[in-house]
Amino acid sequence: MTKYVDQGKNDTRSGYGAGMTELGRTNPNVVALCADLVGSLKIQTFIDENPERFFQVGIAEANMMGIAAGLTIGGKIPFTGTFANFSTGRVYDQIRQSIAYSGKNVKICASHAGITLGEDGATHQILEDIGLMKMLPGMVVINPCDYNQTKAATIAIADYEGPVYLRFGRPKVANFTPVDQKFEIGKAVMLSEGTDVTIVATGHLVWESLIAAEALEAQGISAEVINIHTIKPLDAAAVLKSVKKTGCIVTAEEHNYLGGLGESIAGMLATQHPTPQEFVATQDTFGESGTPEQLMEKYGLNNKAIEKAVLKVLTRK
Amino acid sequence: MPKTEELQDIVLQTRRDILRMVHKVNSGHPGGSLGCTEFFVALYHEIMELKDGFDMDGYGEDLFFLSNGHISPVYYSVLARKGYFPVEELNTFRLIDSRLQGHPTTHEGLPGIRIASGSLGQGMSVALGAAEAKKLNGDKSLIYSLHGDGELQEGQNWEAIMYAAGNKIDNLIATIDLNGKQIDGATDDVLPMGDIKAKFEAFGWDVLEIKEGNDMQAVVKGMQEAKSRTGKGKPVCVLLHTVMGNGVDFMMYTHAWHGKAPNDEQLENALGQNAETLGDY
Repeated sequence: MTKYVDQGKNDTRSGYGAGMTELGRTNPNVVALCADLVGSLKIQTFIDENPERFFQVGIAEANMMGIAAGLTIGGKIPFTGTFANFSTGRVYDQIRQSIAYSGKNVKICASHAGITLGEDGATHQILEDIGLMKMLPGMVVINPCDYNQTKAATIAIADYEGPVYLRFGRPKVANFTPVDQKFEIGKAVMLSEGTDVTIVATGHLVWESLIAAEALEAQGISAEVINIHTIKPLDAAAVLKSVKKTGCIVTAEEHNYLGGLGESIAGMLATQHPTPQEFVATQDTFGESGTPEQLMEKYGLNNKAIEKAVLKVLTRK
Repeated sequence: MPKTEELQDIVLQTRRDILRMVHKVNSGHPGGSLGCTEFFVALYHEIMELKDGFDMDGYGEDLFFLSNGHISPVYYSVLARKGYFPVEELNTFRLIDSRLQGHPTTHEGLPGIRIASGSLGQGMSVALGAAEAKKLNGDKSLIYSLHGDGELQEGQNWEAIMYAAGNKIDNLIATIDLNGKQIDGATDDVLPMGDIKAKFEAFGWDVLEIKEGNDMQAVVKGMQEAKSRTGKGKPVCVLLHTVMGNGVDFMMYTHAWHGKAPNDEQLENALGQNAETLGDY
């Protein structure tokens, strides 16, 4: 299988910050908003370099979403920043009416998504955000896998006209995608070709899938690993092409199995190419406090869980 | 004052439009629409500086945001008669395949509308964003918004009210339709909001009142005064005292007509109180 090297662990939120720094220098229409989490969102450089294009709204996320919608009227490209929980569930109706239904060009950028937020616990660990956002008509949903890809995605969505939900995380994780890889919204990335099973993963679970694929290779199982960074619109063609070859699929995500990537894939396959599928995701549960590694282990979101799911789905072929 | 008479003619016709629109589909919100008719007509025909035609970004012109979207009938009538879209299109209000949705939206591309509203309490935040964009663009024109008084019960308003003063958004005139009524009854009975003027002032706004919000001269004078107070470091709030259902005697002084359409007989009675001036659509 194709080998990937960790260029040095980094957090995806810093990839967002780096992307914002670049956008600040290259796109005068980009503006940033934040609800009292500048440090967490890593956007201080953008603010220092473009103070007039930064809006600190305080702890008032609903107002932030409305202001962002209004800023588009006048040609601005607003990027809102707060935790994923406060970027979605807390402000769902504001996003629904003032941004999605109104067709506004707002980029909702959400850090600390999923269970790897860690010690703060379930009040802050949203595992439902992909589902919430993908259900909104017209909303693009992106969950990049590492620092490099998050930076590239941040830059890419500025050139896309329409509402986008960009989801990233808190912990430092492997940074393995090429530094100069162009980010194409809605285009899956083939990471490693294989013949026995398809693993499609999003976000932090992509690296875990590569580790799992290596372990499976040692057992004589050839896994194809695909990075689905864009959950909506889904790259159905890439998934279909792969499962027609392998005949089974495992989906992996740091999200509830209800409403997540796995559900999108299952829905697509059910109508186009019914395929045995196993879900690596949380099982309709809230999270809890703990280190990211402990939580990934306990809630079945790591490479071992993926490996186990592959062995199970292979028996269903 | 000839200009006032001209505006009053538009008011009469707008009232007829409102009544006929809601009657035709037996739904919609005539009460608040009738109460704000003078305000809308003054705004679009006398107060705001507008370009010809419509583009979403509205560079170099004043912009208006309706937060209490349920009073769409008055908004649609005034926009149509201002020339944003054909007056005949008022015939399609709330019908299938129409651009005139029950609550205003950009989704069907109706000229004049820049944001969807209906789910209450969101309009002031949007107006603030548009005001910030004007400042960034060096555009000196103003942002106007309208909000129901009952709508102030939504917490998002107070986030926006705090932000506006804290960030010196002085190119915004937010008007509150103080009719004292909401769906379930008087605002003082449903959820008393206390002294709204004092609340806005405590948050750092410049507040002025238009006591006779259904008197055209008073509305024009009050809104001109509001304009003169922009650009001075504070957001401007206009407390517009109106009577829900104004201009139709049996609809006035009650919340009963908030979201109820007149029947045939009631329509005839109501139209009899408001002479046709510019021609029915």
